[in-house]
Amino acid sequence: MSKRLGVGGQFIDRSKPIKFQFNGRRFSGFKGDTLASALLANDQVLIGRSFKYHRPRGIVSSGSEEPNALMNLGENETFEPNQRATTTELFEGLTAFSQNHWPSLNFDIGVINNYLSRFLPAGFYYKMFIHPRPFWKYIYEPFIRQSAGLGKAPSVKDTSDYEHFYAFYDLVIIGGGISGLNAALTAAESGLKILIMEQNSEWGGRCLVDFPFINEEPGLKYISRILSELRKYKNVTMRSRMMGAGVYDHGYLLGYERLNDHLSTNEGPRHRLWRIRAKQIITATGAIERPLSFPGNDIPGIMLASAVRDYATNFGVAVGDKVAIFTNNDDAYRTAITLHEIGVTVPVIIDARSSGGGELAHHAKELGIRVENGKAISKVFGQKRVKAVTICDYEKSDANKEKIECDSIAMSGGWSPVVHLFSHCGGKLKWDEDLAMFRPDKAAKPTSSDGLPFVTAVGSANGFLLMNEVLIDTLDGSRTAIRAAGGKINNKKTKEFLDKNEKAPEAIWISPKDANIKKRSKTWLDFQNDVKVSDVELAAREGFESVEHAKRYTTLGMATDQGKLSNINGLAILSSTLGKEIPRVGTTTFRPPYTPISLGSIGGSARNELFQPIRKTPIHEWHEKKGAYMEPVGQWRRPFCYPKEGETHQKAVEREINQTRSSLGLLDASTLGKLLVTGPDAGKFLDMLYTNMMSTLKVGKCRYGLMCSENGFLIDDGVVARIDEQTWLCHTTSGGADRIHSHMEEWLQTEWWDWKVYVANLTEQFAQIGVVGPNARKLLEKIGGLDVSKDALGFMEWKEGKLGKYDARIFRISFSGELSFEVAVPAGQGMAFWKELIELGEEFGVMPYGTEALHVMRAEKGFIMIGDETDGTVIPQDLNLTWAISKKKEDFLGKRAQERAHMVDPNRWKLVGLETLDGSVLPDGAYSTAQGFNSNGQRSTQGRITSSYYSPTLKRGIAMGLILNGPSREGEIIEFPKIDGTIIPAKITSPVFYDPDGEKQNV
Amino acid sequence: MKRYSVFAVAREALRYHQGWGRAWRSPEPKKKYEAIIIGAGGHGLATAYYLGKNHGLKNVAILEKGWLGGGNTGRNTTIIRSNYLQDASAAIYEKARSLYETMSQDLNYNVMFSPRGVMMLAQTQHEIRGYKRTAHANALQGVSTEFITPDRVKSLVPIINIDGPRYPVLGALWQPRGGTARHDAVAWGYARACSEMGMDVIQQCEVTGIRRQNGQVQGVETSKGSIDCEKLGIVVAGHTGVLADMAGFRMPIESVALQALVSEPIKPCMDVVVMANTVHGYMSQSDKGEMVIGGGADGFNNYTQRGSFHHVEETVRALIETFPIISRLKMLRWWGGIVDMTGDRSPILSTTPVKNIFINCGWGTGGFKAIPGSGWAMAELMAKGHSSLTEEFGLNRFKEGKFIDESVAAGVAH
Repeated sequence: MSKRLGVGGQFIDRSKPIKFQFNGRRFSGFKGDTLASALLANDQVLIGRSFKYHRPRGIVSSGSEEPNALMNLGENETFEPNQRATTTELFEGLTAFSQNHWPSLNFDIGVINNYLSRFLPAGFYYKMFIHPRPFWKYIYEPFIRQSAGLGKAPSVKDTSDYEHFYAFYDLVIIGGGISGLNAALTAAESGLKILIMEQNSEWGGRCLVDFPFINEEPGLKYISRILSELRKYKNVTMRSRMMGAGVYDHGYLLGYERLNDHLSTNEGPRHRLWRIRAKQIITATGAIERPLSFPGNDIPGIMLASAVRDYATNFGVAVGDKVAIFTNNDDAYRTAITLHEIGVTVPVIIDARSSGGGELAHHAKELGIRVENGKAISKVFGQKRVKAVTICDYEKSDANKEKIECDSIAMSGGWSPVVHLFSHCGGKLKWDEDLAMFRPDKAAKPTSSDGLPFVTAVGSANGFLLMNEVLIDTLDGSRTAIRAAGGKINNKKTKEFLDKNEKAPEAIWISPKDANIKKRSKTWLDFQNDVKVSDVELAAREGFESVEHAKRYTTLGMATDQGKLSNINGLAILSSTLGKEIPRVGTTTFRPPYTPISLGSIGGSARNELFQPIRKTPIHEWHEKKGAYMEPVGQWRRPFCYPKEGETHQKAVEREINQTRSSLGLLDASTLGKLLVTGPDAGKFLDMLYTNMMSTLKVGKCRYGLMCSENGFLIDDGVVARIDEQTWLCHTTSGGADRIHSHMEEWLQTEWWDWKVYVANLTEQFAQIGVVGPNARKLLEKIGGLDVSKDALGFMEWKEGKLGKYDARIFRISFSGELSFEVAVPAGQGMAFWKELIELGEEFGVMPYGTEALHVMRAEKGFIMIGDETDGTVIPQDLNLTWAISKKKEDFLGKRAQERAHMVDPNRWKLVGLETLDGSVLPDGAYSTAQGFNSNGQRSTQGRITSSYYSPTLKRGIAMGLILNGPSREGEIIEFPKIDGTIIPAKITSPVFYDPDGEKQNV
Repeated sequence: MKRYSVFAVAREALRYHQGWGRAWRSPEPKKKYEAIIIGAGGHGLATAYYLGKNHGLKNVAILEKGWLGGGNTGRNTTIIRSNYLQDASAAIYEKARSLYETMSQDLNYNVMFSPRGVMMLAQTQHEIRGYKRTAHANALQGVSTEFITPDRVKSLVPIINIDGPRYPVLGALWQPRGGTARHDAVAWGYARACSEMGMDVIQQCEVTGIRRQNGQVQGVETSKGSIDCEKLGIVVAGHTGVLADMAGFRMPIESVALQALVSEPIKPCMDVVVMANTVHGYMSQSDKGEMVIGGGADGFNNYTQRGSFHHVEETVRALIETFPIISRLKMLRWWGGIVDMTGDRSPILSTTPVKNIFINCGWGTGGFKAIPGSGWAMAELMAKGHSSLTEEFGLNRFKEGKFIDESVAAGVAH
């Protein structure tokens, strides 16, 4: 059994017990435990089921590379699926449930897949479930979906907070093991601003477990000494529980800090995503041990050798009573020695190398541990827990077989440097044949915008496994990075470390060497996704020769650990099956994140009401108080209408229109875009932007202008007012303000950068109110101040001064066809001004109206609306707006485009009015059919409806539309089918339904 | 080549699957082919497949500089729909969608076409009107779509938040026979079928030059030597500009990175594809259980297949608002592809200034769904010199201003 020992455990505090639950059962651990170490301390070896075959799974590792120990963690709003037990720190009240089984972990129906596994090799689903066709959607797919997936879906909204940090450093060091800490120490006095991060809660990495002494100093003390030294430097920021998640172009780096995952509380931000710009990055990310591939290597109780000694040394946990060791290198002997020291039996060390190991092996033998050289495991007994192994000659599986009892196996297939962060942004790797590993290629580091390298790997992450080499490489690499970041270099030397004399590892990719197909089908590469040696061989046999093909075909390395344990082993099998060298097969691309990061952390604090905060006009509150029905318009909310109690929206809109047309209406038009364009070249600039001539507009006058894209299409419209000799105020549509501002800036910054023009977006600086209707002038006169009489302020003129106590700029323009003034006052005066208008307007029955009334009134008048009559494919000529296109100008945006063949085609869809024969409202968006079908069998069309409303003024439906040669077909009746096929006939009319001569607005 | 079926799998299981042969041959190039297709992505392979199947042209090579299906075919979010607004688009995308319906049977390869339904959320009044218009257009185009209410949206996607706060769901355009398919399988299935017809799928074969004489194509130079051909199809998405340059003409294409990501797998919680264009994000759940997420393209041109963080940030943020339960899920994989964007965001299937060179590109952010239709149409164009499906997608449209702009209906996302 696995259990807590009376001794050891440098991370745990035995005076602080912690209670937690696993699968509904209560357990106890200690402060400092991970969920994995606490489970092992309680003899919980079976902790989950695999993805495809639902095989029993046990903990394999002690870190973020863990493929098996995934938990449904927490409940309700703090529920999280697929959380790795090996990196989950234990806290009081933690609840965890194992995943992917039904009805229980111990007895799982899904294990039937295991018994059928012979029929379910890699990619089986591409070859079956083809017939009958409907079965895929209704039978096969639902079944596959249900048996796949791992953790449960959260059921309620997450209530935790997340945040982003923006940070800038000269040097960022990722990894707080001996290498990273030494790099930081080397850089501390360089004058650089430095950040060092460590993904675990404890600093020191493998040093704490593997090196009891660093030159006579105990490992733990050595690390503490460096830490306290580093803490003295103000230019060094240190963060534990923070992982380097991804490296991007130009020194961009994501750090993922977990702030309260280890606490019982949900207070404060849960995760913090650091968005870092670094001049230089050092990756001191260490290495990950590789499993060995032998038959039955996935049975619970089989773990990485390094993890076995981590649990013993850091947590005082023995993973079994009898732990057999299987290795191809010297490092695993450390595990044997550690276990021996704490009183755990090591029945045998199986070393695949015929010549055996070096100094550590010698030491193990001296301790009386049985060592078998040139041997391998050919069979593992047990289903939910290892019971025994059969060992045999590595070269010959039927030679010297012997059954040895054990309840755990510690395996080591050598080490792979963690090259992920080095590779994210283009760093290249090279294969080291001697050490059987991919390591960073010094000559092909990722380069920044200056073409120079900005990421340096040091220590084990750079492929050095002996301590002395690590220290020398760290010093060397750090200096390179410091120099590149512009820091000072000191001349300190590292103290030489006397490593144990180690014998080279021997790459063994399959064990025993002559394992037959039956054994290879039981030899796992990817424990989570159930990819076996035979699967990779099958992929190669079927022509999936590229490593990317093999990955996708077998799903090798696509599990939640992203192949940290399986990729190199799988790659080696692929290359040997293909008879190619490993470097010729290559690796799959390393992509961020290094380990999965929460979606919440990516979103950051911009959620709920902070997600695209709602923009509010100065009068917003009044609208809400009056019960306006608000609609989203861009990021604004605008009143759609102001329904009275019991009134439908339709009725409210009609009431608002009738009252405005007959007496007085008020519109909050503050969302209207207001771009101030000023400078000596402003006139020239606007002449290029608008189709009309703006430079000739006289101060004090307004002009309706059209803006087109380079392709000639109409993109925005609005009234332009000339403020002074070199200043124009351009009104844009509400939704277009930001877009048009960017559009102007783009042209100014990229094309006409030498023109003297400034643009300022003043949209939010002003409250703008439309005072509309036959009594509009009377209302303004009642407030008093500026003379707004017909002679003093003519149509399409503006004026500024005091209106009552308000600083007003009054534009006499009309979008409704009525006598109308748009009055802009500073935003701060907006609400008071609006309220006064409402109060004084009472005698006229003043009526606030919303966007829908605005739309209907403009349609009655035949005015176009950007986004309704235009959709990015319409040119002004289609809308009969040729009068607004200057013929005098040499150039403007869209001019050349509008001369292209299709644009000048006489047969275009053009703007008309449409009326049904019975006065009903035409369906918005309907198309008018023409005779026959086109060459692709689609019904031919001859136009479409762009706007359609019920007009309370005319008491019938009115519509605008774009119809083939429309204006020349007035009076003709055409057909509009509804979606259900019903045909609605409609007559083509003029688009101006109301007051065609403009008598109402010009009074 | 062995036929795939449950019986074949069972038979092979008895010998531990050691009897399976190659899914496609790996030949050396011949001296000459009737037609060469550059690019063994979905579109290139489908073009070759229909050249053989529909037009009897089987002396064909498909050249691939990397590994087949390794570009955007294997990098997209696998959405299939045809609810396009413009007639030309609807025609080719619906052709594609209908071919997807029977692709597994046609190719004898399970591409897992899953017509689970695609919905595009309307979250502003403007979008409601746009989608109603699309529904009208689709009815006349023979594409089955409908505009559905918020309640119906909620019943189809229980994990969605229809109340906002920022953008309440006001309805959706629903295409019940849209869905997803297994992207790699589409490329693999076509490659296997092409190989079976006797075509040569040649991987690791980079085209380095295009030989011409008297304005007519003669052949290509490749990393595996010189190959002659009578007709040449260039189907290389993001690298279109590079190949066109070799043939001596320029293309109105910009190449930008488009990113996607998946979460860790969870048990089924979402049965349809949802696209939220106002907030720029779309999501579905794969058969494996991963939430498959995509958003807008990067705002700058590049060829690196790496994207910037801020786009992913915006996409994820938008989807957390739309599907609040996903915030505690973790991002597992995150990748980018290079998409080829045209000025009107519609594809180019066209003859070129060089006789017998044909080009198929510009699918931008939405090419996967079009693969079979694109191949069908391109094959017809190459075989006959014209196709009703490609007529409007010619290069000339940029000169004439006859754009096919879907922006009103498709928004940013595909």
